[in-house]
This record gives sequence, C-alpha cells and structure tokens, in this order.
Amino acid sequence: MTERKGPRARLGPSPTLAVLFLLPALLLLGVWMVYPVIYSIFRSLYDATGERFVGLGNYGSIFTDSATLTTIRNNIIWVVVAPLVVTVLGLIFAVLTERIRWATAFKLVLFMPMAVSLLAAGVIFRLVYEQDPDKGVANAVLTTVHDTFSAGQGYPGARPRENDQSPAVAQQDGTVTVRQPARPGQAVLIPLVGLPPDSVKDAPPATAVAPADGVAADAIGGTVWLDVVRGGGGTVNQVDPQEKGLAGITVEAVSDGQVKATTETAADGTFHLTGLPAGSYTVRLPQSNFAAPFNGLTWLGPTLITPAIIGAYIWVWAGFAMVLIAAGLSAVPRDALEAARIDGATEWQVFRRITVPLLAPVLLVVFVTMVINVLKVFDLVFIIAPGSVQPQANVIALEMWRVSFGGGNNQGMGSALAIFLLVLVVPFMIFNIRRFRRDER
Amino acid sequence: MTTVAAEPRQQAAGIERGLAGRLLDRIGGGVVQVFLVLVAVFWLVPTLGLLVVSMRDDTANNSSGWWTFFTKPAQITFENYSNLLTSGFTSSFWNTILITVPATLLIIFIAAMAAYAFAWIEFPGRDTVFLLVIALLVVPIQIALIPIAKLYGTFGIFGSIVSVVLFHVAFGLPFAIFLLRNFFVGIPRELLEAARMDGAPEWRIFATVVFPLAKPAVASLGIFQFLWVWNDLLVALVFADTQNQPMTKALQSQMRQFGTNVDILAPGAFLSLIIPLVLFFAFQRYFVQGLLAGSVK
Repeated sequence: MTERKGPRARLGPSPTLAVLFLLPALLLLGVWMVYPVIYSIFRSLYDATGERFVGLGNYGSIFTDSATLTTIRNNIIWVVVAPLVVTVLGLIFAVLTERIRWATAFKLVLFMPMAVSLLAAGVIFRLVYEQDPDKGVANAVLTTVHDTFSAGQGYPGARPRENDQSPAVAQQDGTVTVRQPARPGQAVLIPLVGLPPDSVKDAPPATAVAPADGVAADAIGGTVWLDVVRGGGGTVNQVDPQEKGLAGITVEAVSDGQVKATTETAADGTFHLTGLPAGSYTVRLPQSNFAAPFNGLTWLGPTLITPAIIGAYIWVWAGFAMVLIAAGLSAVPRDALEAARIDGATEWQVFRRITVPLLAPVLLVVFVTMVINVLKVFDLVFIIAPGSVQPQANVIALEMWRVSFGGGNNQGMGSALAIFLLVLVVPFMIFNIRRFRRDER
Repeated sequence: MTTVAAEPRQQAAGIERGLAGRLLDRIGGGVVQVFLVLVAVFWLVPTLGLLVVSMRDDTANNSSGWWTFFTKPAQITFENYSNLLTSGFTSSFWNTILITVPATLLIIFIAAMAAYAFAWIEFPGRDTVFLLVIALLVVPIQIALIPIAKLYGTFGIFGSIVSVVLFHVAFGLPFAIFLLRNFFVGIPRELLEAARMDGAPEWRIFATVVFPLAKPAVASLGIFQFLWVWNDLLVALVFADTQNQPMTKALQSQMRQFGTNVDILAPGAFLSLIIPLVLFFAFQRYFVQGLLAGSVK
C-alpha cells in the first residue's frame, strides 16, 4: 500500500507496528463486543436451559407474549415522544438563550442533570412524584393551582346528625337537605358534625340568622355550622357562641326538582338565598361540598407511569440537546439573519425560514442520538416505576435484564431480546457510518 | 418614476416597523426572561428537593413537604449523613472509585494507542476496521451481558471489581477511539514527520508529540468516561457482587423500601452525585467539547 499512498507514506512506520498499537483495543472489542453478538445469536435459538434448540421460538414469543408486547408498545411510545420533545425543547432553549445575558448560567442549570447518574435522577423523581401533596412537589404544585382556581374548599366527612331531631338529613346521593321545607322570609339551621373541631378552629364563630333581623321577604336565610363545641358542652341543634361557621359551602334552594337559587355561606356560616318567589323550597347542600379534596395525580400508577418517566428523561436530556443545538446556532452566519430582519422578516419568519433549515443537520444528529438512547432506556424505568407497576412501565432493555438476571432465568429469551435491541439500532449504525464517510470527504 | 417615489415610503415604513419592533422586542425580551427563569427553576427544584430531603429527619419528611424548610430552616440536620457514613455505605463509595478511576485511565490509554494507529500509521484494511469501530458505537450493552457473564464464570472473575472495570473499558472504547482519532488526524502532519525524520521511534512520537498535543481531547474523554462509569448501574447490577458493588447498586437495592428509607436513599443519592457534579462544573468546557466531537452513543 506504500505505492498507493505515494511518497508521503515513505516516512511512515511499518504496518506491523500498527498491530502493536491496536492490539489491546482490538482484543477488548473482539472479546467484549464482537464475540457476544455472535454468541447471543446462537444462544437466542435455544431455550432457557440452553440445551433444547427452539429455532426462532424465542423471537416468536417476543411478539406473542403479552408482557413483551407491552414493552414493545412502551418503547414505541418512548421513541415517538421523547426524542421529539427533547429536540424541540433544546431548539427553543437554544434560540431563546441567545437573547439573555445569563445564558451561561441557564445552560449550566439545564445541563447539570447530565452529570447526575440516572439512579440519582430516578430517586429525585420518585420524590417529585410522591402521591401525597405534602411530600411530592408535583402534586403540591398541582393541588395549589387547582385550589386557587376552583372555588371553595370541601368539607369531606361533614354530615348531619343521624336522628329525628336533626333539622338536616343526609340523602342517598350525598347531598344534605333540610328536613322541613322553607318559605321565603324564613331562616333555617343546618348543623353539621363529623369534622374535627381543630380543622375549623381559626374560623369566626357561627351566627344564627333570625327571621326577625333581616331575612328579606324574597329570601331564605340560614346558617351552616359545626354543631360541636371543642371540649364538649353546648346545646345540640342550636348555635352556641363557641361554635364555628362553615364558610364557602354551596347552598341551593330547590323547588319541583329545579334549582331556583344558589349561594355560598359567609365566613360565619350564614347564607341568604335571594330572589325567590313565594312558595315552598327545599334547602339543599350539594354533594360537592363534601367531596374529598383534589389530591393531585397518581403519577406512579399504571396509567401515568410512562409519561411520568418520560418527563424525568426530558429533564435529564433537554440540556444536552440545547448545548448541541446552541453550538450549531453559533455557526449560523449572523449576516443571513440580519439581512432577513432588515428586509422586514418577523422573528418567527427568521426562525422558521432561516434558522431551522440551517440547523437541520444538527437537529437530525440530536434527534438520532436521542432515538438510539431511548431504545436502550433502562435505569430510569427500573428506578422510578415502583415494583407493582413495573409490568406496565416495562421496556425492552429492562425486560432483557429481568428475564435473564432479575429472576426470569431464561437466557435464551434474554439473548433474543438483546438481538432484537441490536437489530433496532442497526439503522443508526448505518446512519453513523454514512455520516462519517461523508464528513471524511 | 413610481419606483423612485416608492422608495422613501418604504424606508419610512421600515423605520416605523423598527420602532414598533423595538417595543415588541422589549416586551418580548421580558417574556423570554420570565419564561427562562421559570424553566431554570423547574430544572433546579427536583435536585434541590433531594438535597433538602436528605437533610431532614424521618419525622419531618413524613409530616410535611421539604419546601417547608424555607420557612422553618431549623429542621435541617446532618444526622442522615452521619448515619450513612457510619453504615456499610462507605465501602460502596470506595468501590465506585476503585472501578471508575482505573476504567477511565485504561480507556484513555488503550484508546489513544488505537487512535494513533488509525490516524497516523498506514496499514491494510485501516478504513474497514475503523468503520467497524464506528458501527460498534451504538451496540447496546445488553448484547454482552449474558455472554460475558458466562465468560467471567469460566475464568472465575465474576463479581469482582476487575470484571466490572474490563467491561466498562471495552464498551467505552468505540467512543474513545472515535473521539481521539478525530482529534489526532487534525494534528499537523509536519510535526510528526519532523519527529520521524529525526528517527524517533513511533512509541516516542506517540508519547511525546501526539499525546501532549491532544490534552483537550483527552480531558474531554476523561470527564466523559469518568461520568459514564461512575453513574453506571446496569453493568454493576449484573457483574458486581455485594462486597464489590458501587454506590449505584447499593442504592438500587434500597429502592424496594422506598417509602420507609428515604433517610438512606436521599443522602446516598446526593453523595453519589456530588463528585460528578463538582467535576462537571470544573471541566464543563471539555465535557461540551466531547459532546460536540462525537454525539452518537
């Protein structure tokens, strides 16, 4: 080959020297990577014991067994969602950081999860996704937002006394109605129990609404209160000075099955249903008053588990995409962007027509890198999904480990899954080789 | 004539747009700032949560959210950490170091030698072999778990630290060779030829000319592999037995009782990420360079 390379190669060392330099690497690559591929192909054709030849039987079970079909379905969800979201977020962040002075700090913050092990990231997100809004920050934020936008807080557990003297009765459907129908100009009392007095200890005392002082002729007044005195005492079904009003309870006046007026109780538990024509009304507290409060989402339950883990994955990888795309962006000629802006193009047009097309090669590399990475996703699923929902969150790489080492004890199946995984990344092998060949030219 | 008349009008429109545009930019800039601050907070909060949880005792963690520490900083304690450090966890910390440091050094050394051959020594089939290395870049680790476990069993090294190190070195090589070879080919030919003219043996050119010049690439590779090996769970899970397990595997074995042993998991996870984080901040420039040089793994 010396003739082929011309005079320059004259000075080069002998090819045998190359062997010495390459020997350790080729030995390791040969034994740890090439040999396993060949071994796995053969092993995948045998059963769990490794003695009985089953042909393509293991591959057949990959596509018929419902457990592995779930892993394939999950991997498809992963491949469709995660790389796209990561690339798009990376692009958005990369473009936007060009407009701020603290871009370096921002990039470091987003990039930081790259240094963190996926195990630690998994522990981090197990904490984030805790069900109890007093522990998991995700549900804490959700419930806070929910409670800000939905009026009133509920009083789960509150109910009337269950005896004939009580003015209010709990119905089958969870609503509470006043036993005696009321007419406009009257006042009703709705004493409730079933709440710990401490839960409303900061509320103002309840006020009884007497017909004498100010229930309008077209209104029904009344009080909803917790008919329990802290430490005992007080008269049942009467508003005692120590007793607390229940604020924010929805009250309805119903006649002929139709709601004629709706209001909410004030801080002292009083309410006035106004604008009622004469007649007989049932005063009703809808069931929503007694519904359990919104407690956030079951992130780690069977339905949300895969989206939840993908969320953690995006947290880990968005910074990677951003840094790569930002590097590509810095290579985009500023003149082209400026020229377009001077010509009157809006920022969106500049972004859509110039920046994105110029970045296309980088975006493709980021996207492909993410697809390869997502196909092999293991740690995050293994750590974040609690044992009981792991079947629903399972992915091929995890199933491969589980079936061959984590109790499954079927290395024939494990080898088949490993080969399946390898086949899935072959297109990207070819992509890499093509890209390299083109770059070399 | 019409074109001449049109020109000043267009210019005026341009200036108007400029004013409006600048105003829009100002508002838009504010929105961008706020948005990015929110994103940054979003990215910081989970890790901050881990740190705070790791510094509260069990009672506090079970009764209230970690964010209450903003109003009640008194709940912060180092008890979890001192408990952890007096438990068996420290041995897994040493195992992580005993695995990561040799693996990183071996990868750098072996890959540098191979990359030198690919870049600067002519030999038949060089391109084909290098394309094979590129093909190996994306081979999933899963493919080797079963065969290598069997092989380690035959040689009686299954479960040892050496077995884990060798596995990491092998699977780190394609990327390492790729990265270094691409850097080495960029070294000016004249430097090498001058050394060769002087009759320097090839290993000395490698050690005294090429390797020192490649310091930035070696630094990139070093930080990359260090993080890769330090953070690995899967390889350790399969090949390291209990007495040789690194932190990741030690912590994984605690995951089953997640609810009840946050006081072990949280400080353990934080300890496992603090060294990579410090290194990352110290060498982030090289880390980014490494990413840019070969983003295909």
